[in-house]
Amino acid sequence: MDEIKHKLNAALGQAVRGRVTRREFTQLALASGVSLAAANSMFTKAWADEPKKGGNFKVGVGHGATTDSMDPGLYPDQFTGTALWGTLANSLTEIDADGNVVGDVAESFEASDGAKKWVFKVRNGITFHNGKTVTADDVIASLQHHLGENSKSAAKSLLKEVASMKADGPNTVVFELTGGNADFPYTVSDYHMPIMPKKDDGSVDWESGIRTGAYKLEKFEPGVQASFTKNENYYKPGKGWFDTVQFLSIKDVAARTNALLSGEIQYMDRCDLKTLDQLKSNPDITVSEITGYGHYIYVMNVTQKPFDDVNVRTAIKYSMPREDILATVFLGHGTVGNDNPIAPTVKFAVDPQPKHTYDPAKAKEYLKKAGLDSLSFDLSVADAAFAGAVDSAILWKEKAKAAGIDINVIKEPDDGYWDNVWLKKPFVASYWSGRPTVDWMMTTAYAADAAWNDTFWKNPRFNELLVAARSETDEAKRAAMYAEMQQILHDDGGLVNMLFNSYVEAHAKNLGHGKVAANWQLDGMRVAERWWFTS
Amino acid sequence: MHPVLKTVLQRLGLGLLTLFVVSVLIFASLEMLPGGFAQAILGQGATPETVAAFNHQLGLDRPATVRYFEWIWNVLHGDFGYSYAGAGGSIKQSVSGIIAPRLYNTFFLAIMTAIIAVPLALFLGIMAALYRNSLYDRAVNAVTLTTIATPEFFIAYLLMFFFAIKLKWFPSLSTVSDSTSIGEHMYRAALPAITLTLVIVAHMMRMTRAALINLLASPYMEMARLKGVSQRDAIVQHALPNAWAPIATVVAFNLAYLVVGVVVVEVVFVYPGIGQLMVDSVSSRNMPVVQACALIFAATYILLNLSADIVSIITNPRLLHPK
Repeated sequence: MDEIKHKLNAALGQAVRGRVTRREFTQLALASGVSLAAANSMFTKAWADEPKKGGNFKVGVGHGATTDSMDPGLYPDQFTGTALWGTLANSLTEIDADGNVVGDVAESFEASDGAKKWVFKVRNGITFHNGKTVTADDVIASLQHHLGENSKSAAKSLLKEVASMKADGPNTVVFELTGGNADFPYTVSDYHMPIMPKKDDGSVDWESGIRTGAYKLEKFEPGVQASFTKNENYYKPGKGWFDTVQFLSIKDVAARTNALLSGEIQYMDRCDLKTLDQLKSNPDITVSEITGYGHYIYVMNVTQKPFDDVNVRTAIKYSMPREDILATVFLGHGTVGNDNPIAPTVKFAVDPQPKHTYDPAKAKEYLKKAGLDSLSFDLSVADAAFAGAVDSAILWKEKAKAAGIDINVIKEPDDGYWDNVWLKKPFVASYWSGRPTVDWMMTTAYAADAAWNDTFWKNPRFNELLVAARSETDEAKRAAMYAEMQQILHDDGGLVNMLFNSYVEAHAKNLGHGKVAANWQLDGMRVAERWWFTS
Repeated sequence: MHPVLKTVLQRLGLGLLTLFVVSVLIFASLEMLPGGFAQAILGQGATPETVAAFNHQLGLDRPATVRYFEWIWNVLHGDFGYSYAGAGGSIKQSVSGIIAPRLYNTFFLAIMTAIIAVPLALFLGIMAALYRNSLYDRAVNAVTLTTIATPEFFIAYLLMFFFAIKLKWFPSLSTVSDSTSIGEHMYRAALPAITLTLVIVAHMMRMTRAALINLLASPYMEMARLKGVSQRDAIVQHALPNAWAPIATVVAFNLAYLVVGVVVVEVVFVYPGIGQLMVDSVSSRNMPVVQACALIFAATYILLNLSADIVSIITNPRLLHPK
């Protein structure tokens, strides 16, 4: 019996992490001679205790600046994203914990005409915090905020394929796109695009903080804190358990950790990896680690010498000691990359072969193919790209020597890195927080005409597939196209994807939650809506 | 005209000139920094189109000189302008509205620290001069020199560890808002105030001690001793009045530091003071806020130095009658 008990407990642990479903667990339990009712109750208990209402939830976030604004087009990071979108507001759709797109303010959505026309039905009878009913006009005004000539929204380029938006009755919005896009519902789940009330003059009211979310805005002090109270009329069942929620901007990681240890906050993001073991040993704290879509990369401009030769690019890819970097610089918190920017958890992701691992012999071979004995180039890095960019580059430099590659690591200033180095210097450190679909990621950074094509890579076959796959509604065909695209990028692109980083976060033991989403930090930025206190 | 009044007026006039020079320097340096507000806010998401729309809306597409003179004209009329953040909406954030609560917090912390640190430092310094080279003197020197030599964030972590996590006497976060009562504010600001006290006490204490010891060798001190005045009275009544000038200077210097230089402590304790605002504004090139902060900082230095000089003049009648 003891052995069975042990195995069931292990299965329960898996279940909580979402790796075993309720059905699988029940079957296992029944096979071990446990009754169905007992198995069910075991499962439910493990899946954290039943959600309870109440409590004041305080979160310490390692972001936030005094220049933050209520304008969703300008939300720069986790602080505004989690507080002013995930807690306060809803988009048309949302990404659930499994990475699928589901309706949010929109009850349903449907494509026609080769995914060129999208019809979104706004959920019936849902209201803003001021009691006003949400209509199709509000949705259109909210998205229109990011469009037009004078828009300064970061989401402008996401919506550039929208040719027109029309209301068809109070609850229906019809989008006409310039080309087919089967992933359009994912696009409108973005945290820059909450649904806001329309003003009389036709523009949208972003200043007041009146939205549709599980909590109402009490006070927002940029760079300091944002506090919220429960929205009693929230339309989503089983969401929004806390009485009040407060997000504090605590940029110093030691201060954040101390605040968690002294009980002033119950949740912190971005733990200090160096002291993580001490934190884990605290009996009142749980540390969680999720491999998300975000990745740390080095990108080379493939139009410049010597990177214009694919053999040189491949040699460079084989010269990077990814495993060593992951183990020493990131203390194992991540997953090594394989020069494919699509995270393994994203739909249609593949793992292209051969795997690019550290192999100085192969690197030399490719150098020879390029007609070179040795190679020397500059690599511009700064920790502004990602924490650890400089250390990783230095480790790379040392290991690459074995392949006859001499990397001259240039440490650039953090300040102004994105203006002066990224997209300007031939080989730089960068990062992407990832996108929930293959199309979105590729369109953002690898399409020939992308504004952020930081490798300046223009592969005709790749771009042809990108457009074709976008409007392809047959899943199998689409999967095949995406697999080919990922392979091409892996073989030919200017991207060295070092690793997918993990979100390492910690919270008080008395918080309960379901399966944690991987699309953003802080449970898809919706921690306040999805979590609860167990005691 | 009374010589003190004359000095004050002269110095205030020079102060205004200094402020003007500071504003030019700050504006010019911000202009020289790479990137602009739009790029800083949009980061990786900046496209040429959105940056252009942003700059046009903020008027940043006009020449720098035009913008500077427009700004200074408004400042002369008491209008510090609007923060670039939140621009474009119907609710504009005025610079004074953003700065006022944070400036209050900064002054609150500075005054609280000064009330603890200045008397403490003077007391320790006078005692150290009195019992020169004693065990007490060595101990107090060793302790204060250790605290000043330790980085302030490390002192902050130590205090946090002992008083917030182990003993749970004080909160580890000093978050305050405009609805915080004065008592609560003092309680929340206790750990930052103690941290800053430890940082500044050594400087003032050592200066007090040195100034007094310097004077102990003067003939009038010997005369006092020969008259039979006790060592204590000799120091407090004869030496101290002559030592006020250097002490006042170093106290003013440290008080100015409390207003303009405590950003590290603010960050560690999450105390919403003006230092953090200035740093954020510089990194996002939010010119109106940077300018206003810089003027406040410069004015603080000018006023505190002026008060130190006035103290020197008043305590030393010789300076009242310059040749």
